[in-house]
Order: sequence, then C-alpha cells, then structure tokens
Amino acid sequence: MAKQASITQDGTVTESLGNAMFRVELENGHVITAHISGKMRMHYIKILPGDKVKLENVAL
Amino acid sequence: MGTKIIIKTEEEIELVRESSLLVGKTLAEVAKVIKSGVKTITLDKIAEEFILDNAAVPGFKGYGGFPYTLCMSVNEQVVHGFPSERELKDGDIVSIDCGVLKNGFYGDSAYTFAIGEIKPEVAMLMQRTKESLYIGIGKAVAGQRVGDIGYAIQNYVESFGYSVVRDLVGHGLGRNLHEKPEVANYGRRGHGPKLKEGMVLAIEPMINLGGRRVLTEKDGWTVRTVDRKPSAHFEHDIVVRNGKAEMLSTFDYIEKELNK
Repeated sequence: MAKQASITQDGTVTESLGNAMFRVELENGHVITAHISGKMRMHYIKILPGDKVKLENVAL
Repeated sequence: MGTKIIIKTEEEIELVRESSLLVGKTLAEVAKVIKSGVKTITLDKIAEEFILDNAAVPGFKGYGGFPYTLCMSVNEQVVHGFPSERELKDGDIVSIDCGVLKNGFYGDSAYTFAIGEIKPEVAMLMQRTKESLYIGIGKAVAGQRVGDIGYAIQNYVESFGYSVVRDLVGHGLGRNLHEKPEVANYGRRGHGPKLKEGMVLAIEPMINLGGRRVLTEKDGWTVRTVDRKPSAHFEHDIVVRNGKAEMLSTFDYIEKELNK
C-alpha cells in the first residue's frame, strides 16, 4: 500500500505575506502557506518570491 | 513509526520474504479468476480466505482504518480503491495491491491487471510502468541514495510523456507496513538517505497516462487522477544486500496464471 507523502517537500515561494509567512507552491502543484524556520528568522535571512525552499511537516 | 531506517537481520529478511511470497501467491489466486464481469468484492473475499488459510492475516485490513484486504484501483483510480459491487469490464485496467502480516512481518506487493482487450496506449503504460519498477530496483544498491531510485524511475517514464504521482510514495517495510525511508518515484540523483545493506524497501511506481495531479475521493481513501486518465501501479519488496537489490516479492506466480 502506497504511503502518503509527507514530512519534507520542495516548493517555490510565490508570495510573501508578511509576518514571516509565505505562500508556497509545492512540486505536486498544491499551494500552501508556510512560515520561515526560527533559525532563519533569527539570522534575518530574507526570502523572496521565486526562491526554492524546502518545507518540513507538510501534511496535505 | 520510528524515525530511523531499520537495518534487518538475515532472519528478519527471510520473514519479510516469506510474507512477500505469500502476497505473490495471493495475487495469483486473484489472477485465476479475474475477468470481465467479476465483481471486485468477490476477488477481495478470495484473497482474504487464501491469506487466512496460509496462517497469515491481511495486512491492509484495519491499517489506518482501511476496511478491505485488497486495494482495487480501476482505470483512473491510482491506489487505495475499495473493492465493491462494481463489475470489471473489457478494457479496464485494475491495480490490485495486497499486503499480508505473517510471523510479525509484512509483505506488500501490487500488480496491474488488464481485463480483456485494452487500448494499445494503456497497454504500453502498463508495460513501461513495470519496466520502470525494475529500473528503480536496479538502482537500489548500497551506497546509492533514495533519490537515485526516484530519478531513474522518473527519467524513464517521463521520456514517454507519462507523469509520476508525487503525493504517494514507496516505503520501508518490516514489522510495520510503512517504515522509513519514503521512496518517492521522482527525485534527484545523490539526494535523500543513503542505502545500506539490510534495508528493506517497497518500491512502487504509480504512473499516470495524463497529468500527475491526483485527488482523494470523499471515501477518504480512493486516490484518482484529476484528469481521469488511467494510471498503472506495480510494487515489489526488495532488500539491499551484497551490493545489489535482491527481490523479496515476485510476479512469477501471477504471470504463470495469466499466461495459462
């Protein structure tokens, strides 16, 4: 029986929503809202639309 | 479900092999009677009885709430379809996925059957999906990574214009039906966890004739393609051993019945 894919997926940022939230399009075509990881927030790493990102704990 | 990939001992591998071979035999029992006009629920009963007669229990029944022994996915259904009163008809393809639990270890294998005469393009989809499975298995050797398996499968099937289902993946196998790692049927070379001797994997390409997008029906299980084009699915259990992928499950029993 096939397993539901989860945990980590790659995606592309489509829109920055402010508050360190982003709209991200996953490789499978789904569009979700995601937040930046704490470590990246601490070090002020900027994310721009078009950036390729890795998402954790994606439950569809 | 643990977070680490479990390396199996020789004894454990033999127990997975025993379970996997029983799955092959169960599917052969189904292959004996599958034809146009047969209700899918009938095949489910046959499989369940056969598994129980062989001192095992159906692996899927009750797993995550799945109510049947077999996953029966007809045409545009990709995987996890419910057996029902639906009668198979000429031109259908049906993916039958079966799991058993014996001696504490799971076996898990799937085969796509053609009912009567099917369209040539669908026959090619089935054949190439099966080929892609063996191509993927060929990459499952120690030192390679999980992404290499996915890349090989994706590269092969996409060259024909087919697409790979992304929402569902293969998996590790053992005392649990789903273990680490996830074995996606797409990927990038050199990415993902490294394969080591003694890892047991279920590799299962799900390949669509049309687009890759799938959705889950209201029953909470059945996955079908969004564009309603057919999808094929084959699955083998393998162990990474002695520098190559050793097959634990087999289609031999099934194909012997089909070629009669």
